Amino acid sequence: MKRVASNLVGAVIEAWQEVRIHKTRVMLSLIGVAVAVCAITTVVGLGAVAQQATVEASERSGGRAASLSLFVSMNDGSTPTEMSEIWRTALERYQIDYASRVVNNSQTVQFVDGAVPVQTIGVDPPYGTMHRITLEKGVWFTDEDQARLAPAVLVNSIFWDRLSRPDLRTHPTVTLVGERTTTAVVTGVYPALSWETEPAMYMLADALTAITPVVTDPNVQFGPPSYELWVPVDVSEQLVTALQRDVQGALGSEASVQVSRQDYAAYMVGDPYLSLKLTVGAIAGLVLLLGALGLVNIALVTLKQRIREIGIRRSFGATAGRVFFAVMMESVVATVVAGIVGVIAAVLIVTSPLVEDFISQGQVTDFPPFPVEAAILGLVCATVVGALAGLIPALVAVRVKVIDAIRY
Amino acid sequence: MTLLHLEGVTRTVQLIDAPPLTILSGVDLDVDVGDRVSIVGRSGSGKTTLLNLLGLLDNPTSGTMLFEDRPVQSLSSGARDRMRGREIGFIFQQFNLLQGRTALENVMTPLLYADGRQFWQRARIATEMLERVGLSDRLGALPDRLSGGEQQRVAIARALVRGPRLILADEPTGALDLETGETVMDLIDQVATESGAALVTITHDPAIAARATRHLRLDHGVLQVRGTVPA
Repeated sequence: MKRVASNLVGAVIEAWQEVRIHKTRVMLSLIGVAVAVCAITTVVGLGAVAQQATVEASERSGGRAASLSLFVSMNDGSTPTEMSEIWRTALERYQIDYASRVVNNSQTVQFVDGAVPVQTIGVDPPYGTMHRITLEKGVWFTDEDQARLAPAVLVNSIFWDRLSRPDLRTHPTVTLVGERTTTAVVTGVYPALSWETEPAMYMLADALTAITPVVTDPNVQFGPPSYELWVPVDVSEQLVTALQRDVQGALGSEASVQVSRQDYAAYMVGDPYLSLKLTVGAIAGLVLLLGALGLVNIALVTLKQRIREIGIRRSFGATAGRVFFAVMMESVVATVVAGIVGVIAAVLIVTSPLVEDFISQGQVTDFPPFPVEAAILGLVCATVVGALAGLIPALVAVRVKVIDAIRY
Repeated sequence: MTLLHLEGVTRTVQLIDAPPLTILSGVDLDVDVGDRVSIVGRSGSGKTTLLNLLGLLDNPTSGTMLFEDRPVQSLSSGARDRMRGREIGFIFQQFNLLQGRTALENVMTPLLYADGRQFWQRARIATEMLERVGLSDRLGALPDRLSGGEQQRVAIARALVRGPRLILADEPTGALDLETGETVMDLIDQVATESGAALVTITHDPAIAARATRHLRLDHGVLQVRGTVPA
């Protein structure tokens, strides 16, 4: 065991000395390997960011996995009046913390240049977390906002621009025009999506229905609320069945109850970036292969110059196995160093703000940390290439005749 | 105590279009612990082949060769390599220092193939060895910055750093001027005596050969005793 440990450490030391002494040659031969490792690692790393961007964009619209939607209407098109109680009971029974009503409505807002109908979504406080809504300014709704006399509104950046971008610390207000004129306080601003051109805002569902009662007439554009729940993926199917059964049972056969998953994960099959990853990965693999061939070539040429050295080492007790291992380790140590350089370069590329912005297109709020598997993949590739590239020179090295080598 | 025993050793080389060439023929030799043996001979007489056999770098074609009573021909290649590293130190005519490595790294090289204390404390052991050969101020010097005498002293330190029981010197002063050669031989004698190792020197130089206690001559592959000087 002691001999194995000292042999191993000794071979690594020899390899490192060789790399150190011939650093210029080694560096030149390893540029290809470092570039290829950087490319492979970057592809995997950027893939993770791009995937996160897709996921977050999907979660903003359809909610996180697993998001369930519950839609209820009576056969005559009206909204069941007992739905509030049924909803509350269901949440308590299944201990669901993240749930929200979603009321789509249009609320007329008085701007300085006139009254404008603004698309308004009435929600409960958990909605912000469920849909990954991040604010440019202010904070998302809290339970304390329910008790406000002047309702809180969160407006999009277009809305805020039309207000001339007031400082939220001054508690800017807007006038909501309707049957009753209501003054609301702007407590937050969220970024408008790239395709949005009109003002929009969120209100708490209770506040919205208080100033604009829920319309039960099916002919009216904005109808009754729908209900959303964010539940663990592994129990989502059972909950769909259970909610369907419970709500249908409570409302009877006169009601139409639809419970379904609405998040992206319910529809997404496989990795949408797989083909891109495979293409760039294949190119990186080719670069890696070319780098390895260059490495083998230079190692073989160098070996001819090192025959005497190998003979000297053999005369001092280096076994054939040790020479084989040391020559191979030189290649491995060198490529691992190149791999580390490549991985560091990849980390710097992937985490640079410029690249993050380009890949995420403003869709990512929770930037994933640099994927460990990408770094491991890069280092494994470098090590394997080093071992394979070192194999041929190592085989040549052990065939050197000691006597001839010393006199070489 | 006999360290090395050769009896009826021959070494022949197979040639492609010619009958086998006999380089050594019927060599009988005993090297005892602490022995001082010199072997002289003309070029092509088989001196280096004999040195390679003694250094376990080559195997005899026939005959018996024992190292500390162990038949070396039956040892595996790895075991022979390990025995060579442990028991034998080489001093070459051209020094054969590893280029690009400092004097200290050169002396540490044989210790890389040791285990236990010798391996883990190789820097300290190599430093002490270089101090013994008077190069304590040249530890970090590269071979091309050392004089010929200094290079040979580094080579001596490297040959002796693992405490071998047999030192094989192949024309150790061949690349040095007369005065430096004398100094180097004094040093080899001194450290060999201190460590109790046997010294086998192959040389053309009668003055160097004369330092040994047993004088042998190789002539056309046959080893002959020329004389013995009482120790």
